[in-house]
Amino acid sequence: MMKSRNLTRRTLRTMTALVTLILAPTIFAAAASNYPMEPITPNLRDQPSLQNGWALYMNYCIGCHSLKHQRYERTADDLGIPHEIVLENLVFTGQKIGEQMTTAMDPTLAKQWFGAPPPDLTMVARVRGTEWLYNYLKTFYVDESRPLGANNKIFANVGMPNVLQELQGIQTSECIQMPKIAENGGEMRDPLVPGQVITEERCGQLVLQEGTGLMSAEEFDHAMYDLTNFLYYVGEPSRLERHRIGVYVILFLIILYVLTFLLAREFQKDVKH
Amino acid sequence: MAEGQEKAAPRTDKGLMGVVNWVDDRFPLMETWNYHMARYWAPKNFNFWYYFGVLSMVVLVIQLVTGLWLTMNYVPSGEGAFASVEYIMRDVEYGWLLRYLHSTGASAFFVVVYLHMFRGMMYGSYRKPRELLWLIGMAIFIALMAEGFFGYLLPWGNMSYWGAQVIVSLVGAIPVIGPDLMEWVRGDFLMSGITLNRFFALHVIALPLVLVMLVFVHIVALHHVGSNNPDGVEIKKNKDANGIPVDGIPFHPYYTIGHDLPAIVMFLILFCLVVFYAPEMGGYFLEKPNFEMADPLKTPDHIAPVWYYTPFYAMLRAATYPLFGIPAKFWGFVVMAGAIAVPAVLPWLDRSPVKSIRYKGMISKAMLGLFVICFFILGYLGTIAPSPEATLLAQICTAIYFAYFVLMPWYTRVEKTKPVPDRVTT
Repeated sequence: MMKSRNLTRRTLRTMTALVTLILAPTIFAAAASNYPMEPITPNLRDQPSLQNGWALYMNYCIGCHSLKHQRYERTADDLGIPHEIVLENLVFTGQKIGEQMTTAMDPTLAKQWFGAPPPDLTMVARVRGTEWLYNYLKTFYVDESRPLGANNKIFANVGMPNVLQELQGIQTSECIQMPKIAENGGEMRDPLVPGQVITEERCGQLVLQEGTGLMSAEEFDHAMYDLTNFLYYVGEPSRLERHRIGVYVILFLIILYVLTFLLAREFQKDVKH
Repeated sequence: MAEGQEKAAPRTDKGLMGVVNWVDDRFPLMETWNYHMARYWAPKNFNFWYYFGVLSMVVLVIQLVTGLWLTMNYVPSGEGAFASVEYIMRDVEYGWLLRYLHSTGASAFFVVVYLHMFRGMMYGSYRKPRELLWLIGMAIFIALMAEGFFGYLLPWGNMSYWGAQVIVSLVGAIPVIGPDLMEWVRGDFLMSGITLNRFFALHVIALPLVLVMLVFVHIVALHHVGSNNPDGVEIKKNKDANGIPVDGIPFHPYYTIGHDLPAIVMFLILFCLVVFYAPEMGGYFLEKPNFEMADPLKTPDHIAPVWYYTPFYAMLRAATYPLFGIPAKFWGFVVMAGAIAVPAVLPWLDRSPVKSIRYKGMISKAMLGLFVICFFILGYLGTIAPSPEATLLAQICTAIYFAYFVLMPWYTRVEKTKPVPDRVTT
């Protein structure tokens, strides 16, 4: 009938081309912010990180931001924490383990306080992306012109106060001397003085006052990574299961393909040209 | 019925054949089977492009089955819809799988249908005697677009809301009756739970019924006139002593098992790769703002429809001049509707003595190539925010898109075609 091997190769090539065409526009999708973002890679297999992230969330966030689509029980099971420990240490509202993680804050009052009720954050990692979240959490700074005394580099004029200040310490936005960057992306050096970096004054740079927070800069980075990682998990708790099952489904289909391909070839032998 | 001669098999009342015979006395079971499958003679030279008809049916079944199960847990109300989708994603056993199969299925449907339509355009499958077959296909395409549009509102995400708002507001651009008509379509003064409920009804009852019936009619029409093939040769013109086309082979088993089955499995592999490893497809299958609940007070930074509508959306935005005192928005709507509907008249635009692109001249080949390139460019332009350059490019591509159709009666007649063989080639 048809030269099956050629056809299959052609089919594959066409399919690959189609997939590439569909994926191509995603390369051009870029995040909209002027402040340079640090990239992060979430890791759902890092349970201690997720556990720490959840603990941070329950201590610093749930007071205002609910995770109303997600249940305590599911989270405890996925993160490998016994129910009793969760109920004793992470549930502050007397809720049951099977309930959803709601907030105690009255939305009407919250609107009066902040201008808008704090949003539910169950899917914030899917809406904003983990990179945005991580950098947002790290770039709060003191700004007396704002009603709550804080502003953010990634989300300018955000209505949220800097609740993480006690952990991070006092961070301000300053004009500081920084190495001048050449066109090729490298730091510019003085050609006359070996090793001397050429600097320029740049404004709007974040400066952290060491020792004003409970955590060092490095510890705080880790903590915010854990919090972001946790929110990434909450955004789609079935992700790991999806990846796990996918392997078996695809393997099954590949075996099925080989069998159906061989079967089809037997039928094609009947067709005379 | 089947053109081959039936040989009466000795009748038996035992076993499976006994059951078949019992049914056959009361219902044309074997006759239908033979007419549509075992003695439906299909040209033996089908190629890669002939997979997409059967794949459309596969996706239709995926959508019907997963849609049915999703409906069991979905709550069609402004208050409950968004939360119920997350309930499906988290609390329903394998709910995430049902949802991703359905959302990926929507995109897959358009992938296979666009390729299926392209096949028809390439090999002249719309030409006599298949005009009605093509028209039924166009009706399926339009019903599918409506089905996708109504379905996209149902998760009640912010992009669902604003995307539907943009399209429904086009109705409001119709002179005189527009504003009242828009209110009637929405059932409210703004997009609301009432709109959601009627879209739900249309999405799960009205359009699936229409689609299934149209697909049935599409196949009845196909099996009546017979399949076209890459050469555009009518195999029915060359029959053997038994009345069987010499270039025809029984659809079953040579196409069902001998051609389509491994292709379906290959398709499922690609489909499952998306479902399990990239269900959002970088924001093109599931858009990021749609993970936020619909908010009438919060317009997303950039409203873009799902990728399968973007070529037509780009043409909608390409109309920027108000004409006859009617706003440009209305003319954009006219251009978009025209772009969707114009392929329906292809059978009467193509005046070439040959059907298949294989034997058509250089102009036809160039025009089809340009048409495809423009369709892709428009598809990309529809996803990005408008700019003067993008609008100009969209206008040029829109012009080429329509030129493919409008100039067809001319270029298909003037160009030099190649001789068509008497029999199909391999």
